[in-house]
Amino acid sequence: MTFDILVMQIFSGFSLFSVLVLMALGLTIVFGLMGVINMAHGELMAMGSYMTYVTSVVFQRYFPDHMGWYFIIGIGVAFVVTFAFGFLLERCFIRFMYKRPLDTLLATWGLSLVLQQLFRQVFGPKEVTVPTVQWLQGAWKISEGLELPLNRIFIIGLTLVIAAAVFLFLYRSRWGLRIRAVTQNRAMAGAAGINTARVDAVTFALGCGLAGIAGSSFTMLASTGPVSGQQYLVDTFIVVVFGGVESLLGTFLSAFAIGQTQISLEYLTTGSMAKAITLLVVIVLLFLRPNGLFAAKVRR
Amino acid sequence: MHNEKRRLIKHALLLGAFSLLPFSLVSQAQADSVKVGIVHSLTGTMAMSEASVVDAEKLAIEQINASGGVLGKTIEPIVEDGASDWPTFAEKARKLLENDHVAATFGAYTSASRKAVLPVFERNKGLLYYPTFYEGLEKSPAIIYTGAEASQQTLAAVTWLMANKGKSVYLVGSDYIWPRTTNKLARASVTKQGGSIVGEDYLPLGNIEFSSVINKIKAAKPDIVLSTIVGGSNVAFYKQLKAAGIDSSNQTLMALAVTEEEVTGIGAENLTGFLTCMSYFQSLKNPINEKFVAAFKARYGDKRVVGDPMAAAYTAVYLWKKAVEKAGTFDVPAVIAASSELVLDAPEGEIKVHKDNHHLWKRARIGTINAQGQVDVIYESAPIEPNPFPKL
Repeated sequence: MTFDILVMQIFSGFSLFSVLVLMALGLTIVFGLMGVINMAHGELMAMGSYMTYVTSVVFQRYFPDHMGWYFIIGIGVAFVVTFAFGFLLERCFIRFMYKRPLDTLLATWGLSLVLQQLFRQVFGPKEVTVPTVQWLQGAWKISEGLELPLNRIFIIGLTLVIAAAVFLFLYRSRWGLRIRAVTQNRAMAGAAGINTARVDAVTFALGCGLAGIAGSSFTMLASTGPVSGQQYLVDTFIVVVFGGVESLLGTFLSAFAIGQTQISLEYLTTGSMAKAITLLVVIVLLFLRPNGLFAAKVRR
Repeated sequence: MHNEKRRLIKHALLLGAFSLLPFSLVSQAQADSVKVGIVHSLTGTMAMSEASVVDAEKLAIEQINASGGVLGKTIEPIVEDGASDWPTFAEKARKLLENDHVAATFGAYTSASRKAVLPVFERNKGLLYYPTFYEGLEKSPAIIYTGAEASQQTLAAVTWLMANKGKSVYLVGSDYIWPRTTNKLARASVTKQGGSIVGEDYLPLGNIEFSSVINKIKAAKPDIVLSTIVGGSNVAFYKQLKAAGIDSSNQTLMALAVTEEEVTGIGAENLTGFLTCMSYFQSLKNPINEKFVAAFKARYGDKRVVGDPMAAAYTAVYLWKKAVEKAGTFDVPAVIAASSELVLDAPEGEIKVHKDNHHLWKRARIGTINAQGQVDVIYESAPIEPNPFPKL
């Protein structure tokens, strides 16, 4: 392996890390707060991808001169729409199923099927083409043989920005304070005057919004079709479970570990083998630490 | 009590609404009609490839009906959804054969779905027309294969590549039966022609992370990349290749599972200049193809494109019609016997059913994908005799 390839491999590891973080962030927050396992998380990402697609179509038709901006706007649209959808979903559907984790599992899985068919009806069974904006096409050529794809650099940057924003929101804002209070002790927080129902709705919506952003940025890497969400779901769950389901830091570290491991193994073996070995390692580690890398230490 | 009643009424209404569904799909049987089955995935992962194959089959049936039907009978298609699930395919096939007593069935797309329905058709003495290019190594008395088998696609492509593009090949594919078998044949053929395989990589179906594979390709610097990646992964693969700075200007790549249909999902800008090998391309210039494409666009919209399996499925319906007319009956054994050495002018040009192996004599065509998402043909073979069990 030459130096160039080594650098590109490490970069790929970072890129996969950022992709995994984007996928898992929303799910971690929702699961940590409400104990809801949202099987429709993948479809919410697909919804974000489709919103980006819709934005691109609108720009192509009405503002063809400003195509370069569509992607930034698209990410915003994806966030707003999935956030709003998540809010409605929590109010009309999820909140009736708290404290029934198995039922939520089934219900959200059913929801994912409904959403898939909805995408199929609205956008057709085939994948749609989401154009990559001009300034994110191609690679940053550092030297002959050492090239870093611009879209991956963008996704790494986006992940850092989103992660920082989520951190500030959770640890430096009043809403964050409420969310953390409810996460730690729902009854006590309620007694102290926090409207836990609203905190639930906002958190769930936030989780969905983050899924939307993830889906939006993945249009540059992968396909946008009715079943695209399924491609992400398994990886997302592995990251969340491996990291310790309630810990943001755990999610980061597990995404990093899985990302680098998988990328290195893919280089040394084949893609299928790498995935199998990664899963095996995760299973063994979960066997040793059943609550994941960073289990929250709370009294139950 | 009141509530109970209301719920009952609601349920009854729902039930009523559901029971109406099948009737909207199946029109009333007529005495002067003949039933044929169509079984493809209309939901699930494979719907994105199979839904348009159904469109092509329905178009052929409508055209035949408009021009007087077969043996004076109108064709009545019964469409079943295999739902991208192989046991469901088998179940629907059984329903078509045992309940509907269809004269022939057009269906299955993936090799897995074909393997699932094969015993059903053999046991019930049914007849299935299978439209997809596939890995070969199969010959069933109940199936007529209208797609290319490996020697008409993979081996033809490899031979051309060895002669024109270089000797070192990197194989990359999705991890299931078609790519694995195809690559096994490709490897044997490459080695035999003095070439070498410098890498072979498989990724799980639905995989979206290709950066390591791309780095491996960069490290191996092969003359040729031969891709058997399918489905949604395709989109990810070509987008990431382009982003990593690999395009047709610095790498020869041949895709064996990219038709015009896939190009619309991947985006032509990510594929421009790459090669593909099929029996049929929408851009073929012959009167029958031009008529077919125009009819398809008129029926389903101007933006729709036609790919190889769709043309093969369309051909299958006409092939069945011709065999029935030659046999003078809808009786399956007679139709199969009449199919032998049957010649038909199809959108891909003249095809001929092999005298005993149920595959078609087909041409292999190689083309480059252009910026409009169409394919410019650069090589066309003579008709190749189908040989589903090639000796290598």
